[in-house]
Amino acid sequence: MTDPLLDVRDLVVRYGDVTAVDHVSLSLAEGETLALNGPSGCGKSSTALAVLQLHRPHAGEVRFEGRELTTLTERELRPLRPRMQPVFQDPYGSLSPRHRIRDAVAEPLKVQGRWTGADGPARVAELLDRVGLDPSYGDRRPHELSGGQCQRVGIARALASEPRLLVLDEPVSALDPSVRAGVLNLLADLQDDLGLGYLFICHDRAVVRHFADRTIEMREGRVTSG
Amino acid sequence: MESERPREPLLSVRELRIAFEGVEAVRGLSFDVRPREVLAIVGESGAGKSLTARALLGMLPRGATTSGTIEPDLAAHRGRRISLVPQDALSALSPVHPVGDQLAAAVRSVARVSRKEARDRAVAALDRVGIPDAARKARAYPHEYSGGMRQRAVIAMATINEPDIVVADEPTTALDEEHRDQVLRVLAEQREAVGAALVLVTHDMDVVRDHADRVLVMYAGRLTELGPADEVLGRPRAPYTAGLLASLPQHASPGRRLPALRGTPPAPGALPPGCAFAPRCPLATDTCRTEEPEPQELQGRLVACHHWPELPHPATELFQEEERQPA
Repeated sequence: MTDPLLDVRDLVVRYGDVTAVDHVSLSLAEGETLALNGPSGCGKSSTALAVLQLHRPHAGEVRFEGRELTTLTERELRPLRPRMQPVFQDPYGSLSPRHRIRDAVAEPLKVQGRWTGADGPARVAELLDRVGLDPSYGDRRPHELSGGQCQRVGIARALASEPRLLVLDEPVSALDPSVRAGVLNLLADLQDDLGLGYLFICHDRAVVRHFADRTIEMREGRVTSG
Repeated sequence: MESERPREPLLSVRELRIAFEGVEAVRGLSFDVRPREVLAIVGESGAGKSLTARALLGMLPRGATTSGTIEPDLAAHRGRRISLVPQDALSALSPVHPVGDQLAAAVRSVARVSRKEARDRAVAALDRVGIPDAARKARAYPHEYSGGMRQRAVIAMATINEPDIVVADEPTTALDEEHRDQVLRVLAEQREAVGAALVLVTHDMDVVRDHADRVLVMYAGRLTELGPADEVLGRPRAPYTAGLLASLPQHASPGRRLPALRGTPPAPGALPPGCAFAPRCPLATDTCRTEEPEPQELQGRLVACHHWPELPHPATELFQEEERQPA
């Protein structure tokens, strides 16, 4: 059997005296969606931040594509970061209000040294098209877009890094139902085409039941089932 | 057999319009609230549902201009005949007064009773909504309550003067699923106990199914469909209602693509001509793109759609799309 894409063992996250994540273990294969479900404050988002190494866990292992991340330095993590990308709940809050959409999508390419004047713009147009936005949206700014369109931009930005894992933290919770369906469909299509693994954090049981292959229930920092 | 005669409505809203700087957010809305009923108002962001609820309470934001009528004027007796359960309980309670004192003040604002009597009623009200050890908890401050308990205290406050109508504006949106069910149960019990009607603003169709007698579906500031909740949810007559229901993951089979509505709800001030839903509607014709449909009465409900007789059943079929949406 091949290594799982993500393998987390006995993860512990503390903030001061508060233990937010208490020995959580999970694993996720390529092309699979694993949902983290539970009430507010149960440690779902803390788990996500620790998996991404945006908040270094207090203890436990986070193995991504076979490499242990918790012992790596920031410098050692840098080449791995593009391969695990977050998508957040608030589609407006995760985009700079001053930047045009095309700049927001181009930024990861530039930061990672994969931008060339010759094919960069075409790559941005391709990414926007990939998430179901007409490339003309590149000229707009976030406030000119609806919540659902902004969330599509957030997904395009994540895809620009050519990730293997998306950590989706309540990606559709701020969206209206009629718009939410389209974004969930888009995520399903991308997974089919690219074989991405999804760690899908969501408090809405109906959405989780529909969308996830497997679900882990959390409560007060611990896994209660799954 | 006694024939069912519609009772006098408690409240009649006619041709309500609410605008901000000339941009209409509610555009000619008419409906009744009947005695003791639970009327859900549903719709997506920007549909005007919260503004409509605020108008009933006479609590519109500054800068709103209105026309139309709301009769009788219960808002003049806010706190006694009509009251609010807001989304955010914390902002509805004063942080610097004990919860019991705030309930007692609500009692004394409408009834000439002694302080002692008001306090006793406050404790009894907290007890009724399931606050444990209510006499002691009445002396505690809002920050000493959990989120679910605070929401219950607010329900106690909204029902303590036995109003005719309780307006609940997304009362459970800030809560997780467990607390949501608890709070809705308490709200249902209390309004039952005092015999009030409940106007429940929500975007959650499960809440509508479980709690509402009738449902008013709004889109872009207008009535789309109004009727008995089980009938509207079971057999929608307006394409928007059908699309909204179809897009819910509750109704889809796992692993399949959800039937999504194209596009997004229009912003107030950027409405298309004709029916506001036309750009997203699979049945739209030239008539829809030029003439806004007026609500018509049919079989006990109101539907605003030029094409309602052509709607298939189940209407959700209209929105079944092929397995892949174009990339």
